[in-house]
Amino acid sequence: MAHPSQLGFQDAASPVMEELLHFHDHALMIVFLISTLVLYIIVAMVSTKLTNKYILDSQEIEVIWTILPAFILILIALPSLRILYLMDEINDPHLTIKAMGHQWYWSYEYTDYEDLGFDSYMLPTQDLAPGQFRLLEADHRMVIPVESPIRVLVSAEDVLHSWAVPSLGVKMDAVPGRLNQTAFIASRPGVFYGQCSEICGANHSFMPIVVEAVPLQYFEKWSSLMLEDT
Amino acid sequence: MAEDIQAKLEKYRTAPFDARFPNQNQTRNCWSNYLDYHRCQKALDAKGVDTAPCDWYKRVYKSLCPISWIQKWDDQREEGTFPGKI
Repeated sequence: MAHPSQLGFQDAASPVMEELLHFHDHALMIVFLISTLVLYIIVAMVSTKLTNKYILDSQEIEVIWTILPAFILILIALPSLRILYLMDEINDPHLTIKAMGHQWYWSYEYTDYEDLGFDSYMLPTQDLAPGQFRLLEADHRMVIPVESPIRVLVSAEDVLHSWAVPSLGVKMDAVPGRLNQTAFIASRPGVFYGQCSEICGANHSFMPIVVEAVPLQYFEKWSSLMLEDT
Repeated sequence: MAEDIQAKLEKYRTAPFDARFPNQNQTRNCWSNYLDYHRCQKALDAKGVDTAPCDWYKRVYKSLCPISWIQKWDDQREEGTFPGKI
């Protein structure tokens, strides 16, 4: 989850998010290098006593500062496209979960075998136990088996919402009447938080998403218990 | 044929990748399987044949379609206001 004075991304919990994180490091390093160079040149230009009024052109430097930026852009584009195509690969999901956005809560449906459906409301601040996170905890988490490809179909029952979990590298708009597909693999067990990412009314900031990745046996136990309860 | 479908149904985990719907928008995938199940039921019922092969479409639409959509369409079919051609 996010923490105070955080600068970078949250720790990646899926292979795709890891790739995005490393790509961001790569692109940002290039940005820092260029910015440092430009800043240095500006300071040097501003603080020098030397002046020369007679240079009119120079083919050599023009070639260099055309070819080098083109080369740098290719250096950014290649990893970027690699990740784009990686995210677009056909995957073979083990489980399909529907995440339906409502004003102002999410509901999750696991209907591959039985009809399991439940709502997930934010825990009000006064009901939090010590150690729980304000505005992020929910009463029922979306539990998934770890290391399994999961397909999530996102939609909405009333207005636009958006289902986002940053540590999994997932964000998908919830549009009424439309079924948007996204997929991910949770590479480690844990609890991953997200928040609704499309303005949807008064309590838009108060309908969080909590995904809990557990080993398969615990997932099976959890789903039997949930079926008994509902 | 029927044994293949039975075997496929027994090994069913979730709706497999469908090349007719390769992209983000899976609305048509859900709609299509819902229609196919009910058309299959109607056609095999009319012939008086076992409707077990239709169960594949049922599993797929149950996996993909939101419960509220299925309920709405089932109600519409009962009322006779269902917009699809079955």
